[in-house]
Amino acid sequence: MRVTVKLFARLRDIAGADELTRDIPAGATIASVWRELASEFPALSEYERSISTAVNLDYARMNTEVRDGDEIAFLPPVSGG
Amino acid sequence: MKLPLLAIGRERLELEPLVAAVQGDADGAIATFLGLVRNHNLGRGVHHLEYEAYAPLAVKAFERIAREVADRWSDTSLALHHRVGRLEVGEASIAIAAASPHRANAFAACRYAIERVKQIAPIWKHEFFDGGDVWIEGATADPDDERARSEAERVACA
Repeated sequence: MRVTVKLFARLRDIAGADELTRDIPAGATIASVWRELASEFPALSEYERSISTAVNLDYARMNTEVRDGDEIAFLPPVSGG
Repeated sequence: MKLPLLAIGRERLELEPLVAAVQGDADGAIATFLGLVRNHNLGRGVHHLEYEAYAPLAVKAFERIAREVADRWSDTSLALHHRVGRLEVGEASIAIAAASPHRANAFAACRYAIERVKQIAPIWKHEFFDGGDVWIEGATADPDDERARSEAERVACA
Protein backbone atom coordinates (compact mmCIF):
# COMPACT_ATOMS: atom_id res chain seq x y z
CA MET A 1 0.00 0.00 0.00
CA ARG A 2 1.13 3.53 -0.65
CA VAL A 3 0.24 6.60 1.41
CA THR A 4 1.02 10.29 1.27
CA VAL A 5 2.36 11.89 4.44
CA LYS A 6 2.01 15.62 4.96
CA LEU A 7 4.15 17.45 7.51
CA PHE A 8 3.76 20.97 8.84
CA ALA A 9 5.71 23.68 10.63
CA ARG A 10 8.69 22.31 12.56
CA LEU A 11 7.91 18.72 11.55
CA ARG A 12 8.34 19.79 7.93
CA ASP A 13 11.61 21.52 8.77
CA ILE A 14 12.91 18.39 10.50
CA ALA A 15 12.05 16.10 7.60
CA GLY A 16 13.06 18.64 4.98
CA ALA A 17 9.87 18.01 2.98
CA ASP A 18 6.23 18.95 3.30
CA GLU A 19 5.05 15.80 1.58
CA LEU A 20 6.44 12.26 1.48
CA THR A 21 5.22 9.08 -0.15
CA ARG A 22 5.68 5.85 1.78
CA ASP A 23 5.00 2.20 1.03
CA ILE A 24 3.51 0.51 4.06
CA PRO A 25 2.43 -3.03 4.93
CA ALA A 26 -1.21 -4.07 5.14
CA GLY A 27 -2.65 -3.47 8.60
CA ALA A 28 -0.45 -0.44 9.26
CA THR A 29 -1.82 2.22 11.57
CA ILE A 30 -1.12 5.93 11.78
CA ALA A 31 1.04 5.13 14.80
CA SER A 32 3.18 2.68 12.84
CA VAL A 33 3.60 5.18 9.99
CA TRP A 34 4.70 7.75 12.58
CA ARG A 35 7.19 5.32 14.18
CA GLU A 36 8.75 4.63 10.78
CA LEU A 37 9.11 8.36 10.15
CA ALA A 38 10.56 8.96 13.61
CA SER A 39 13.21 6.29 13.02
CA GLU A 40 14.05 7.96 9.72
CA PHE A 41 14.09 11.45 11.28
CA PRO A 42 14.96 10.96 14.98
CA ALA A 43 14.29 14.62 15.87
CA LEU A 44 10.59 13.92 15.27
CA SER A 45 10.53 11.70 18.38
CA GLU A 46 10.16 14.64 20.75
CA TYR A 47 6.70 15.21 19.20
CA GLU A 48 5.47 11.69 20.01
CA ARG A 49 3.12 12.89 22.76
CA SER A 50 2.09 16.25 21.33
CA ILE A 51 1.21 15.63 17.67
CA SER A 52 -2.26 15.45 16.23
CA THR A 53 -3.04 13.51 13.10
CA ALA A 54 -5.57 13.72 10.30
CA VAL A 55 -6.47 11.22 7.61
CA ASN A 56 -8.05 12.44 4.38
CA LEU A 57 -8.88 15.82 5.95
CA ASP A 58 -10.45 14.53 9.16
CA TYR A 59 -8.78 14.54 12.54
CA ALA A 60 -8.00 10.94 13.49
CA ARG A 61 -6.60 8.81 16.31
CA MET A 62 -3.14 7.21 16.20
CA ASN A 63 -4.63 3.69 16.26
CA THR A 64 -6.62 4.32 13.06
CA GLU A 65 -5.83 1.75 10.40
CA VAL A 66 -4.43 3.19 7.19
CA ARG A 67 -5.69 2.35 3.71
CA ASP A 68 -4.05 2.49 0.32
CA GLY A 69 -4.02 6.03 -1.04
CA ASP A 70 -4.68 7.74 2.29
CA GLU A 71 -3.35 11.23 2.95
CA ILE A 72 -1.97 11.23 6.48
CA ALA A 73 -1.06 14.52 8.12
CA PHE A 74 1.05 14.96 11.24
CA LEU A 75 0.41 18.23 13.03
CA PRO A 76 2.60 19.73 15.75
CA PRO A 77 0.83 21.74 18.47
CA VAL A 78 -1.08 24.54 16.76
CA SER A 79 -0.60 28.28 17.19
CA GLY A 80 -3.14 30.04 14.98
CA GLY A 81 -5.03 33.17 15.82
CA MET B 1 -19.40 37.19 -5.62
CA LYS B 2 -20.68 36.47 -2.15
CA LEU B 3 -18.04 36.65 0.59
CA PRO B 4 -17.42 33.23 2.18
CA LEU B 5 -18.16 33.35 5.90
CA LEU B 6 -15.23 31.06 6.70
CA ALA B 7 -11.97 31.39 4.82
CA ILE B 8 -8.20 31.15 4.91
CA GLY B 9 -5.97 32.99 2.46
CA ARG B 10 -3.09 35.32 1.83
CA GLU B 11 -5.01 38.56 1.33
CA ARG B 12 -5.09 41.41 3.85
CA LEU B 13 -7.98 41.10 6.29
CA GLU B 14 -10.69 43.69 6.77
CA LEU B 15 -13.54 43.68 9.23
CA GLU B 16 -16.17 45.60 7.26
CA PRO B 17 -16.90 42.84 4.71
CA LEU B 18 -17.26 40.32 7.53
CA VAL B 19 -19.61 42.63 9.42
CA ALA B 20 -21.71 43.09 6.29
CA ALA B 21 -21.76 39.33 5.71
CA VAL B 22 -23.14 38.43 9.14
CA GLN B 23 -25.53 41.34 9.67
CA GLY B 24 -29.26 40.64 9.48
CA ASP B 25 -32.28 42.78 10.21
CA ALA B 26 -32.96 40.88 13.44
CA ASP B 27 -29.49 41.63 14.79
CA GLY B 28 -28.99 44.25 17.45
CA ALA B 29 -25.28 43.65 18.01
CA ILE B 30 -22.15 42.63 16.17
CA ALA B 31 -18.97 41.85 18.10
CA THR B 32 -15.71 41.80 16.15
CA PHE B 33 -12.19 40.63 16.85
CA LEU B 34 -8.93 41.36 15.05
CA GLY B 35 -5.80 39.46 15.99
CA LEU B 36 -2.66 41.49 15.26
CA VAL B 37 1.05 40.82 14.89
CA ARG B 38 2.68 42.55 17.84
CA ASN B 39 6.28 43.71 18.04
CA HIS B 40 7.23 41.59 21.06
CA ASN B 41 6.73 38.09 22.43
CA LEU B 42 8.23 36.46 25.55
CA GLY B 43 10.63 39.35 25.94
CA ARG B 44 11.84 39.14 22.34
CA GLY B 45 11.57 41.91 19.77
CA VAL B 46 9.43 40.41 16.97
CA HIS B 47 10.27 41.43 13.42
CA HIS B 48 7.55 39.57 11.52
CA LEU B 49 5.54 36.34 11.52
CA GLU B 50 4.98 33.72 8.87
CA TYR B 51 1.73 31.81 9.21
CA GLU B 52 1.36 28.36 7.73
CA ALA B 53 -1.81 26.25 7.59
CA TYR B 54 -3.15 22.93 6.48
CA ALA B 55 -5.72 25.00 4.65
CA PRO B 56 -8.45 22.50 3.74
CA LEU B 57 -8.44 21.05 7.26
CA ALA B 58 -8.37 24.56 8.71
CA VAL B 59 -11.55 25.48 6.84
CA LYS B 60 -13.15 22.29 8.17
CA ALA B 61 -12.07 23.30 11.67
CA PHE B 62 -13.68 26.73 11.14
CA GLU B 63 -16.87 24.96 9.99
CA ARG B 64 -16.83 22.90 13.15
CA ILE B 65 -16.37 26.04 15.25
CA ALA B 66 -19.27 27.72 13.45
CA ARG B 67 -21.46 24.67 14.14
CA GLU B 68 -20.47 24.72 17.82
CA VAL B 69 -21.33 28.42 17.99
CA ALA B 70 -24.71 27.80 16.34
CA ASP B 71 -25.41 24.93 18.76
CA ARG B 72 -24.53 27.01 21.82
CA TRP B 73 -25.87 30.43 20.76
CA SER B 74 -28.55 29.62 18.21
CA ASP B 75 -29.40 33.24 17.39
CA THR B 76 -25.85 34.13 16.27
CA SER B 77 -24.13 34.12 12.90
CA LEU B 78 -20.37 33.99 12.53
CA ALA B 79 -17.75 35.00 9.98
CA LEU B 80 -14.09 34.07 10.45
CA HIS B 81 -11.14 34.70 8.13
CA HIS B 82 -7.53 33.75 8.87
CA ARG B 83 -4.52 34.99 6.95
CA VAL B 84 -1.39 32.98 6.08
CA GLY B 85 1.99 33.94 4.66
CA ARG B 86 4.30 36.69 5.83
CA LEU B 87 2.70 39.28 8.15
CA GLU B 88 4.40 42.41 9.37
CA VAL B 89 3.96 44.02 12.80
CA GLY B 90 0.54 45.65 13.01
CA GLU B 91 -1.10 43.48 10.36
CA ALA B 92 -4.15 41.36 11.17
CA SER B 93 -3.82 37.58 11.21
CA ILE B 94 -7.46 36.81 12.03
CA ALA B 95 -10.75 38.65 11.74
CA ILE B 96 -13.98 37.50 13.35
CA ALA B 97 -17.49 38.97 13.36
CA ALA B 98 -20.40 37.57 15.35
CA ALA B 99 -23.93 38.94 15.02
CA SER B 100 -26.83 38.40 17.38
CA PRO B 101 -30.07 40.10 18.39
CA HIS B 102 -28.36 40.88 21.73
CA ARG B 103 -24.84 41.90 22.72
CA ALA B 104 -24.18 39.16 25.27
CA ASN B 105 -24.38 36.39 22.69
CA ALA B 106 -22.45 38.40 20.10
CA PHE B 107 -19.55 38.93 22.51
CA ALA B 108 -19.64 35.33 23.73
CA ALA B 109 -19.73 33.81 20.24
CA CYS B 110 -16.86 36.02 19.09
CA ARG B 111 -14.68 35.17 22.09
CA TYR B 112 -15.54 31.47 21.84
CA ALA B 113 -14.55 31.42 18.17
CA ILE B 114 -11.06 32.84 18.74
CA GLU B 115 -10.46 30.53 21.71
CA ARG B 116 -11.44 27.50 19.60
CA VAL B 117 -9.27 28.61 16.67
CA LYS B 118 -6.31 28.63 19.03
CA GLN B 119 -7.23 25.14 20.24
CA ILE B 120 -8.08 23.22 17.08
CA ALA B 121 -7.25 25.06 13.83
CA PRO B 122 -4.24 23.49 12.04
CA ILE B 123 -2.36 26.79 11.73
CA TRP B 124 1.14 27.64 12.93
CA LYS B 125 3.05 30.85 13.44
CA HIS B 126 6.75 31.05 12.70
CA GLU B 127 8.17 33.94 14.68
CA PHE B 128 11.14 35.91 13.35
CA PHE B 129 12.69 37.91 16.16
CA ASP B 130 15.89 39.87 16.66
CA GLY B 131 18.57 37.22 16.37
CA GLY B 132 16.61 34.15 15.39
CA ASP B 133 13.36 32.41 14.58
CA VAL B 134 11.14 29.85 16.25
CA TRP B 135 7.97 27.91 15.52
CA ILE B 136 5.37 28.76 18.14
CA GLU B 137 3.70 25.62 19.48
CA GLY B 138 0.58 25.97 21.57
CA ALA B 139 -2.17 23.41 21.99
CA THR B 140 -2.27 19.81 20.78
CA ALA B 141 -5.22 20.01 18.42
CA ASP B 142 -8.01 17.62 19.43
CA PRO B 143 -11.49 18.78 18.42
CA ASP B 144 -13.08 16.03 20.51
CA ASP B 145 -11.37 17.15 23.72
CA GLU B 146 -14.46 18.21 25.64
CA ARG B 147 -12.43 19.64 28.51
CA ALA B 148 -10.76 22.12 26.15
CA ARG B 149 -14.06 22.96 24.45
CA SER B 150 -15.81 23.65 27.74
CA GLU B 151 -12.88 25.82 28.85
CA ALA B 152 -13.36 27.93 25.71
CA GLU B 153 -17.06 28.22 26.56
CA ARG B 154 -16.26 29.17 30.15
CA VAL B 155 -13.92 31.93 29.01
CA ALA B 156 -16.45 33.14 26.46
CA CYS B 157 -19.17 33.46 29.07
CA ALA B 158 -17.03 34.89 31.87
